Amino acid sequence: MDLELMINSFPKLLNAALITLKLLSVSLIIGLFIGLFFAILRLNKNIFINRFAYGYSYVFRGTPLLVQIFIIYFGLGQIEYLRSTVLWAILKEPYWCAIIAFALNTGAYTSEILRSAFQTIKPGIIEAGKSLGISNKVIFYKIQIPIAIRQSLPAYGNEIILMMKGTSLASTVTIMDLTGVAKYIISTTFKPIEVFIVAGGIYLFMTFIIHNVIKFLEKKYSFN
Amino acid sequence: MELLAFGDTGWGDELFYATLMTIAVSITAMFIGFLFALIFTPLKLSKNKFLNFIANSYTTIIRGVPELLVIYLFFFGGTGAVMFVASIFGYNEYIEINAFITGAFAIGIISGAYSTEVFRGAIQSIDKGQFEAANVLGLNKYGKFFKIILPQTLRLAIPNLSNVWQITLKDTSLISVTGLVEIMRQSYIAAGSTRDPLFFYSFAAVLYLLLTFVSMKLINRLEVKYSRGY
Repeated sequence: MDLELMINSFPKLLNAALITLKLLSVSLIIGLFIGLFFAILRLNKNIFINRFAYGYSYVFRGTPLLVQIFIIYFGLGQIEYLRSTVLWAILKEPYWCAIIAFALNTGAYTSEILRSAFQTIKPGIIEAGKSLGISNKVIFYKIQIPIAIRQSLPAYGNEIILMMKGTSLASTVTIMDLTGVAKYIISTTFKPIEVFIVAGGIYLFMTFIIHNVIKFLEKKYSFN
Repeated sequence: MELLAFGDTGWGDELFYATLMTIAVSITAMFIGFLFALIFTPLKLSKNKFLNFIANSYTTIIRGVPELLVIYLFFFGGTGAVMFVASIFGYNEYIEINAFITGAFAIGIISGAYSTEVFRGAIQSIDKGQFEAANVLGLNKYGKFFKIILPQTLRLAIPNLSNVWQITLKDTSLISVTGLVEIMRQSYIAAGSTRDPLFFYSFAAVLYLLLTFVSMKLINRLEVKYSRGY
């Protein structure tokens, strides 16, 4: 055990953890909107819209995140047309490519979570709203969405943790996040176990915090 | 389509073998995962606090730390660990472990943590009466486990195990960082030498989709087989 290396690498890894958190929070926020959008499409009765939303979630859930990042980072740059548009300013940055991939990926999982939450809302609740003369729009925004959010909290908490682990793949497209810095230190010092303990400890700590925040929210918004 | 031709002109045969490699690594990893689950599930269910603690640490750490970090640990640390053990037995030459074994082992440990949780959940949700009934029938320990508990556990566990299989299959793409030539690595090589990453990575995505689709169909059949009588 090289305790000195562990102590020396701790501040570096902690700094890198901030990048991990930044990647995570930005992609979760974008992903939540994508997820909500596709969940609503899934509830649509039009079969084409419905199938399209299902196809989106099937493709993104059925392929590895690594492939998705590589397609966006290495693949899209190949299209000449894209290089001439404003989009190129975003797509040439590995940071934004990673965020796009993460957001699309978590969006697919989130849409499934929200869809099942919408479907488990008892019809009686919606009928009660209707009988009170509340418009469909208000029922959707003020009744269905809050219940669905509460319903999906446990599953969404798991998704946040899975996504946090997913952000480690950003290191494959040159971003120095927690895993990226850990790998750099391992490959320069050849002390994998020490670095793993420190970096893994930071990840576990973040998992622990997320887990408890979700638990707190669950309790706060519980129906009883 | 020329890019996918078999033989020296295209990448068809290379990608075909890479797909077989992905399947082989996934199955090996899943199997190693089962072995880990076989050890850790009883520990999780045991009444001994210390054994509980060991099993809980295993599943918590593995499920809370990114897969890639675990793979780096094995990739960079595996050789050192094996050489250390060998040096105890007096063998001091350099040993290089095969990327397949390192990869399958790393993914297997991850898959094992998920499998452990699945088996624990399945065994816990079996009705207490089943255990009591088996006792009343005078079955011995093995008969009770293999004839009564295991078949019911499998029925409850298969849907969740199919999720674990999907996770394992997708995680094998991460082994490409260690240089094992599976779908992802082969696509990387092909993309590099043809300068056509969009095509090859998209094709890799199609291959993965195909693998998940086919395996889901097969698992559904298993599910039907184990839930007859329900």
